[in-house]
Amino acid sequence: MVIGGIVAGGIGSRMGQNIKPKQFLDLAGKPVVVHTIEKFLASPEIDKVVVGVHKEWIHLMNDLVEKYFDGNDSIAIVAGGSNRNETIYNIINCAKEKFNAPADTIMVTHDAVRPFLSLRIIEDNVAAAREYGVCDTVISASDTIIQSENGEYITDVPIRKQMYQGQTPQSFSIELFEKVYGSMTEEELQIVTDACKMFFLRGYNVHLVEGEVNNFKITYPFDLKMAMTLMGDESK
Amino acid sequence: MINTVYKLTYPMCVETFCENLDYNTGDVLVKPRMLSICKADMRYYFGMRDPKVLKQRLPLALIHEAWGTVLHDKSGQFKTGDKVILLPNIPGAGDKYRENYRLDSLFRSSRADGFMQEMVCLPHSQVVGFDNIPRDTAAITELISVCTHAVNTFLERVTHQPERIGVWGDGALGYIICALLKYYIPKVHLTVIGISRPKLEMFEFANERLTVDEVTVDMHFDSTFECVGGQASGSAISQMIDTIMPEGFIMLMGVSEEPVPVNTRMVLEKGLTLVGRSRSGRVDFEETVRIMQENERLKQRMKVLISDIVEIKNINDIHKAFNEAKTVDFKLVMDWKL
Repeated sequence: MVIGGIVAGGIGSRMGQNIKPKQFLDLAGKPVVVHTIEKFLASPEIDKVVVGVHKEWIHLMNDLVEKYFDGNDSIAIVAGGSNRNETIYNIINCAKEKFNAPADTIMVTHDAVRPFLSLRIIEDNVAAAREYGVCDTVISASDTIIQSENGEYITDVPIRKQMYQGQTPQSFSIELFEKVYGSMTEEELQIVTDACKMFFLRGYNVHLVEGEVNNFKITYPFDLKMAMTLMGDESK
Repeated sequence: MINTVYKLTYPMCVETFCENLDYNTGDVLVKPRMLSICKADMRYYFGMRDPKVLKQRLPLALIHEAWGTVLHDKSGQFKTGDKVILLPNIPGAGDKYRENYRLDSLFRSSRADGFMQEMVCLPHSQVVGFDNIPRDTAAITELISVCTHAVNTFLERVTHQPERIGVWGDGALGYIICALLKYYIPKVHLTVIGISRPKLEMFEFANERLTVDEVTVDMHFDSTFECVGGQASGSAISQMIDTIMPEGFIMLMGVSEEPVPVNTRMVLEKGLTLVGRSRSGRVDFEETVRIMQENERLKQRMKVLISDIVEIKNINDIHKAFNEAKTVDFKLVMDWKL
């Protein structure tokens, strides 16, 4: 089984004046998260979708599934956790409970706010997770990356061609995630919020899947404008 | 849902466009898998069309020869993963004329976006399911269907039993016409006339293979097919008119940007019939799929036409494929991973 785990736990704190979290903002006539779910449902690789949403917004997510997907029973909604990995953990438990997902189920975890995800990226993620166990979607860094440990001075300028920007999906099997997540200390869980970093810290080779520039994250008002422009300003 | 469409914006410039794709009941959602580059696509890509036409039609997603796999079909007619040929014709209204020649019909990669897309949503009437055809060969089904259409038109209209047929053109179109003529009329004496000796060598099944300078006026064909196109089609038609028997049938299939001269005096004197065929309809696709699935020899012959397959994972790969398409003998197929 392959499950799309859509991480939509954000509360929209970086988006400025908007009341709704960014995954619920309108893009070309539909909320951003609806576009993302649609792409997962279109993929022949994906059997079910579980959306992890902040508990205050579960009612809205339920309404959207009702309105846009006619209550499709391939979609489940679960309350997110206090950080990304906890939300994924909840998504996995929901998948096991609602869809009887076996331990070898591939979980393709993706940010709800990356609606321009392509079918090709999903396909490559599923193939890489099957072959290598765990994978992360990345694009080559176009800007020079500057490291500063104190925020005042450069402490390093890494070689750009070795630098990548992380996107999502990040994909792995349920049993592998549970094994790694279960091995993390409380302290580590507070610091490590990225799933692939957990795998990396426990010595796993995290395979790289080529992402796309379009698969950007809608974080700031500028990103939403960019998304609208890409869609031909249909949502003005 | 958001769909990425790869459009030619200017000659040799392809950009991504994100478009809202509405998927409704009655439609089939398809992921294009293998796309074949046609000469018509190349004329757009390299800016060889009239600048006014380019200005009017670009941005435009190219490619009208393709097959894909079904992602969803709410009607249940197709299962997820089923393979379907994508039909490029969007038929206009009415049924007085065949769908492929109605003036208000739209043709993909010409007046409507072609198949260089992440997904396409098509009515059932614009897909034909298939199996048991190699994935590369299936990509050129549209081109084969045009030839199926032409050969069947010829068989319906020709008044004499065809005995000696001449086919001008040693490219993919000429090859397919020859292969289909041998399939439908196995006993016919077939002569293929071209310019490239190595390409003519590929026409193993023709009875005679000649270069254009070897054609003489004492040759006699009762029907001919023009598969040349461009300015050279003028001299090909001229040779056809010289060598064809009275009341012969000339099928015109090569596309030319400029008007081509025709010796009408001899057309009248010999009482010739000239018919043009360039676009196929659903019935031709169905027939093509049927014969390709059933006839192993035909399938093997068509496979020869796939000169190269280029994997497409980004826009640079698209440019590579179009540039390489200029150099191959027959057809270049794109393994569409976008």
